[in-house]
Amino acid sequence: MSEVNPPRAWRNDAVAKVTGRARYADDLKFHGLLHAVPVYTDHVHARLRGVDTDAAAAAPGVVRVITAADVPGSVTFGQILQDYHMLAGDTIRCHGDVVAVVVAETRAAAVAAARLVTVTADPLPAVLDPEEALRPGAPLVHEAHGSNVINHHRVRRGDVAAGFAASDVVVEQAFRTSFIEHAYLEPEAAVAVPRPDGVMEIYGSMQHPFSTRRFTAALLGVPLADVEVRSVPMGGGFGGKDDTAAIVCARAALAARLTGRPVKLTYDREWSVRESYKRHPYRLHYRMGLTRDGRIQAVAVRIVADGGAYCSVTPWVTWRSTVQCCGPYRVPHVACDTYGVYTNNVFTGAMRGFGSPQVNFCIEQLVEMAAERLGISPLEIRRRNMVRQGDTTITGQVLDTHVVSLEQVLDRVVAESDYEAKRARCAHGRADGDELYGVGLAMSYRGMSLGAEGKDFNSAIVNVQFDGSILLETGIHENGQGAESAMVLLLADELGVRRERIRYRQASTSGIPDGGTTVASRGTLMGGGAVVHAARALKEKMAAVLAPRLGCAPGDVAFRDDAVWGPGGARLTVEEAVREMWQAQEYPYAFGVFQGPHVTWDEATGQGNAYFTWVYGCQAAEVTVNRRTGKVKVLGMWAAHDVGRAVNPPMLLGQYYGGMAMGLGYGLTEAVEIKAGRIRSLNFDRYRIPRATDLPEMHADIVENPDPLSPSRAKGIGEPTNELMAPAIANAVAAATGRRYCEQPVRVDPAELAAGAEPGSKEEAPCS
Amino acid sequence: MQLTINGRAVTVPDSDGPRRLLEFLREEMDLTGAKNGCGIGVCGACTVLLDDRPVRACRQTVADAAGRRLLTIEGLAAPDGTLHPLQQAFVDHGAIQCGFCTPGMVLTAHAFLLKHPSPTRAEIRRAISANLCRCTGYQQIVDAIESAAPFYHR
Repeated sequence: MSEVNPPRAWRNDAVAKVTGRARYADDLKFHGLLHAVPVYTDHVHARLRGVDTDAAAAAPGVVRVITAADVPGSVTFGQILQDYHMLAGDTIRCHGDVVAVVVAETRAAAVAAARLVTVTADPLPAVLDPEEALRPGAPLVHEAHGSNVINHHRVRRGDVAAGFAASDVVVEQAFRTSFIEHAYLEPEAAVAVPRPDGVMEIYGSMQHPFSTRRFTAALLGVPLADVEVRSVPMGGGFGGKDDTAAIVCARAALAARLTGRPVKLTYDREWSVRESYKRHPYRLHYRMGLTRDGRIQAVAVRIVADGGAYCSVTPWVTWRSTVQCCGPYRVPHVACDTYGVYTNNVFTGAMRGFGSPQVNFCIEQLVEMAAERLGISPLEIRRRNMVRQGDTTITGQVLDTHVVSLEQVLDRVVAESDYEAKRARCAHGRADGDELYGVGLAMSYRGMSLGAEGKDFNSAIVNVQFDGSILLETGIHENGQGAESAMVLLLADELGVRRERIRYRQASTSGIPDGGTTVASRGTLMGGGAVVHAARALKEKMAAVLAPRLGCAPGDVAFRDDAVWGPGGARLTVEEAVREMWQAQEYPYAFGVFQGPHVTWDEATGQGNAYFTWVYGCQAAEVTVNRRTGKVKVLGMWAAHDVGRAVNPPMLLGQYYGGMAMGLGYGLTEAVEIKAGRIRSLNFDRYRIPRATDLPEMHADIVENPDPLSPSRAKGIGEPTNELMAPAIANAVAAATGRRYCEQPVRVDPAELAAGAEPGSKEEAPCS
Repeated sequence: MQLTINGRAVTVPDSDGPRRLLEFLREEMDLTGAKNGCGIGVCGACTVLLDDRPVRACRQTVADAAGRRLLTIEGLAAPDGTLHPLQQAFVDHGAIQCGFCTPGMVLTAHAFLLKHPSPTRAEIRRAISANLCRCTGYQQIVDAIESAAPFYHR
């Protein structure tokens, strides 16, 4: 940052949040406000023959009971396939399906009446295991789809048979991961307000206002212009506040439309966990062939992802897994087959990492298992195989448009964590006392933003007011990560003005073009790129007007130190400059767009330039494992990530720490408990996310290699920090116990440790 | 029934006694700083202080607060809006992200520091261990609380 904006912790919403004044969706009140609640059934898969709402409709305080029959627009919608029933029609496909919405004068009245709704339904056989769902004759979750396969992605590179033939050693291992709950602290909430002009206005806890608008417009059967979604503070998302949050908003809007009054729909934690999508559980089977000197020759991998009852973004999540299935390594021969599969479980979709946490958990253990077989160190096998400048990825992309900094981040973590000295102390299952000591690390590369998933562009509006204050708006959403603050700082820097001049507008879908979802760690990269482009357009416009006043050519006008300068010290204050613009009848206003550079993909071969740029990260963990209790204690965690450029360092570090902590949960404690399609861990008493006492002190290292393809030179950080701690911990536990844990979360059984039995490392399923 | 909320005397009809304190504060008093994260007293987002002791407003009734000093996050800053030093420390250390846990976290830390003004980092972690945060990993929250501790020496 420039000298007028010294780097220190700053965010535009900090004071509102620390004083309790920030108004989240459930904190809003409107005259005539009604309250809605969802109605579920206990079915997991059933033919729905009728929903009886009479008793509920007659209950005290109830204004309306809504079912699929009341929907004026399309009851089904989805981001990729339109298979999600916002209200169940003729079929119940999972335990989280909603058959009705009860609308009442008070929330208590709505909750009481919801119990009076009854359904007539014929149970159908449910399919709850994705491998079973793939077998011929399995019950179909969506009959019209014709099969339970949502998608099949491939990578075909080189000749895997030849690669294995040329290998001296083959390691083979099956892995499993679990359903993961985002556990944003704020459950879904929405308020829909029918406006006199016919527009439905929505205030919701969601991370994608434009997606919310699409779901809502579909359900109401109205044009996009007739729905205005306004951003309010959101209590965490982590990828989890897209589809479900949008559907909650759409149902509130439907209730508001049918009653003509404002409606609030706030979820209990139990409803949120029951209905909202999760991170996909994966079954993965890996084979890796290497030469005696530890060079990877071939990888064959089969991945089956449980997509649950609805498609959501399963094809995109599993696509990233496919592209990144071999980790950040050079592999000449690859065959990868990834299936997204329907089941009658809770549906799965986007969660921080988006398909990378699952494959990283495997590949970062697999390379170490190979190293053990070959008698070389975990560092050495990585150094021999990792991508370097100009190398080619498994999809055929040459990494030459940015600094490939994998070795740099690895070196930083190895040095900062004192990895090699600690490695020498690892117990490998043998120790005098009960505590087994271990250290482990993991590293990755990650394609930035959406890649070949979809169109990737964003916009920003900079509107300088007559007094020199500035309004800024972008197509990026504040999810709590500090996106608005990053945008303000980038604009202040580019315009050379004090950040206090800039106010970030409360965003609305009616004020700026659809910029896509604020996901994929793309906020700073894409929104920031648009801000930089808008600022440059504004400066060009202003320079043309101001150059004569400053006695110079437009190209010589400079913007810095909160003023506009000509050569030789001629200077206009921002206020003077703005007045000049008005005199010239030119608005100091600019619209900027950043279009993501071209990417390519061939679905048949899985080859192409999948992402326009990549980031590199490494994390390490130090643990003890108690051999009598099996308890894993994490003593220290380290991370180094190349972020391109650090825009707001304290907020950047917050992304590191939060991602590492969530990664620790993924590694050690988190798994949604599901029995027969019904979630048991419906609240924080049964679903344990990390507490302050579960976490050690964390060490974060910011690596900056400015990216030429990013207008701001910054890349992203939200997800990279969340995709490495689980495998780092798994490797540390392996170093401590001498055993591999191939099922996420890692759970150490002390009886197995005492028996000293070596886990299988070949054909058999999960090795612990 | 007489309540003292953020230093102000409030008279409440006895019929409100059995109501959940969290719902009463949010719906009747317009004090929406306390949040409902779980409804079962586990997450701590609804934490308020009764006589300087942290309680879960989702598990308390209005009657539980009668005759006691109730402090919500809205009552911590000075009347002129100047942030309490603990609040300022949260701002300065980047301890805030989505902000949903922040009110409960700040009040829990405030009650802790009133009793333990010279804590170790491990003691701070124990003090906030029943307040869940999914965004920050707690690191900068611990930094903030540690840095504000000297203020409580007075």
